[in-house]
Amino acid sequence: MTDKQTVHRPLFEIFIRSKRGLDHKHVGSLHAENAQQALEYARDCYTRRSEGVSIWVVNSGDIVASQEEDAASFYDPMEDKPYRHATHYVLPDSIKNM
Amino acid sequence: MKDKQDDLINYVIALGDDSLILGQRLSEWCYHAPFLEEDLALANVALDFIGRAQMFYEYASQLETRVLKENARSADQIAFLRDTRDYRNLLIVELPIGDFAFTMARQFTVDVFNQLYLQQLVNSTDSTLAAIAGKAIKETDYHLRRSQEWMLRLGDGTDESHQRMEKALKELWGYTAELFTMSAYETALLRDGISIDRTALCSDWRKIVTELLQQATLKVPSDEWQVTGGREGLHTEHQGDILAKMQYLQRTYPGLEW
Amino acid sequence: MTNFKLNEVELEAAFQSRIDSEQKIEPKDWMPEGYRKNLIRQMSQHAHSEVIGMQPEGNWILRAPTLRRKIVLLAKVQDEGGHGLYLYSATETLGITREELIDALHEGRAKYASIFNYPSLTWADVGTIGWLVDGAAIVNQITLQRTSYGPYARSMVRICKEESFHQRQGYEALMVMAQGSPEQKKMAQDSLNRWWWPVLMMFGPHDAESANSAKSMKWKIKRKSNDELRQAFIDQTIPQVEYLGLKVPDPDLKWNQERGQYDFGEIDWAEFERVIGGNGPCNRQRLEHHRRVDREGQWVRDALAAYEAKQQARSAA
Repeated sequence: MTDKQTVHRPLFEIFIRSKRGLDHKHVGSLHAENAQQALEYARDCYTRRSEGVSIWVVNSGDIVASQEEDAASFYDPMEDKPYRHATHYVLPDSIKNM
Repeated sequence: MKDKQDDLINYVIALGDDSLILGQRLSEWCYHAPFLEEDLALANVALDFIGRAQMFYEYASQLETRVLKENARSADQIAFLRDTRDYRNLLIVELPIGDFAFTMARQFTVDVFNQLYLQQLVNSTDSTLAAIAGKAIKETDYHLRRSQEWMLRLGDGTDESHQRMEKALKELWGYTAELFTMSAYETALLRDGISIDRTALCSDWRKIVTELLQQATLKVPSDEWQVTGGREGLHTEHQGDILAKMQYLQRTYPGLEW
Repeated sequence: MTNFKLNEVELEAAFQSRIDSEQKIEPKDWMPEGYRKNLIRQMSQHAHSEVIGMQPEGNWILRAPTLRRKIVLLAKVQDEGGHGLYLYSATETLGITREELIDALHEGRAKYASIFNYPSLTWADVGTIGWLVDGAAIVNQITLQRTSYGPYARSMVRICKEESFHQRQGYEALMVMAQGSPEQKKMAQDSLNRWWWPVLMMFGPHDAESANSAKSMKWKIKRKSNDELRQAFIDQTIPQVEYLGLKVPDPDLKWNQERGQYDFGEIDWAEFERVIGGNGPCNRQRLEHHRRVDREGQWVRDALAAYEAKQQARSAA
């Protein structure tokens, strides 16, 4: 793995907010020399059909991702906590919305 | 009254020609750019210019209709069916794309000019021109942001990029004078607040361009030569090459729908 | 502490059961080396095709006959570049760089769609490429929206959304010509004659002869076979040909009531092999153009890197 500084036009991950009120969503990546340029190319490459009102770019090397081998300890323990979901609680039919 | 209408039509067509020919030149970069992201970015700029040309020609066509009724030309007829002497674009936009440095140097000098020009044109007493300018100025802000950054990167990049940039600036410098040259029809429209006084933009343009070139470690070329004539249809030989390609189908199969 | 480490066989079984239950494979997941290689091959070939495909159509941008056609064509060719970008981006999630992928293309280790080795000779070809070449690609890409590799599937969703305009603009251009002057009509028919068979070849060899098919289907990289896709394309395209008042250059083409599908003649597989093997009309030109542009852009990319290094040194000082 080369040092990030020496990589030419590193990869940037692009996130786009498609309209106000929505989260930024990952749409893909592109190469650029720095974050500013990545932002501009993201505009040219990922919003040609006015898909966005706001763009985030993140150097791919800066993303810290959970590993697959962590999956068991990260996510499985959450599966036995049905009490966190609304459907766990039964209400009488007469109460329609809660 | 009729003269005034002719002046306006000429003016609108000239602005359309500037946009179309530059758009045509920029289109030549499609699948020729130094990397894929830049390919897409350049195409966006080209699309802005061709779209702008279309708006100017549509307006010219409407203006002609007022005078000539059914004999008026459509936007496409104006765009495709004139000969070299009848195109009124500035010489600087018809020059070949050269290398990436030349394309960016031209773009930068024109973008700075366009920003200054359009900032005035949005106040034109002609509401259609003002509206077109309103749309174009947003595009131009982005074009300039890009071309300015490329000037810095290429000027202050490697020795080779620096040399290419200096060479490009020298080659096009004499054509920048025309950006500030008034045609007769522009001068005539000035009184009514329709057109813009180009000569008044020169010192601001110079200041902005000089500052950026210095920042990019580039020399401002000397003003030892100047060529003008585009507004009167006195073009370089390159204009004919552009038209030969651009008009090929319309000329080979006259009068058809496509 | 229990040891969660699984051996290769268990991993592969878990991987296959994930695929069988229609779950997507994501970049960090364990995957068999063959799956990864197969994906890189198919996805990069797809990316290269988008980018090389800019050439035959881009050839007409400067000559487009009206302002609208010029704008539409430029936007379309630009989109192809964009699709190449999405696909390179998706391929890079497999731990390979775009540079490596492009090197493979330049050295002939990676392929691109053979259809782009045919020349665009007339304006009608721009219409035909949009209508038929993109049309054939869409048939394939629609099924690939469900491909097992997440990043590939997602880029396909995006691409399919954008492609529908490509096919329509092509058909619309041909419609104008088919209803136009006799010479325009002739130009349209000539274009169809030249492109029809190469377009059918786009779906690849018969299933029985397709080297990568079986594995690709098992791993759900491919979702439908070459022959199934080709048939689907023909069935949906013939009514469009008829509407234009044109004829496909296949004397054996006829509706088969019993099958509810069209019968059609045999593809000239010798030509298919010849063009794939590098001896089509434009193979050298296409690749050489790509290499040349890459070479000519080197000083720009170098300048970009040099400037960035200077900037970083300045901000560190």
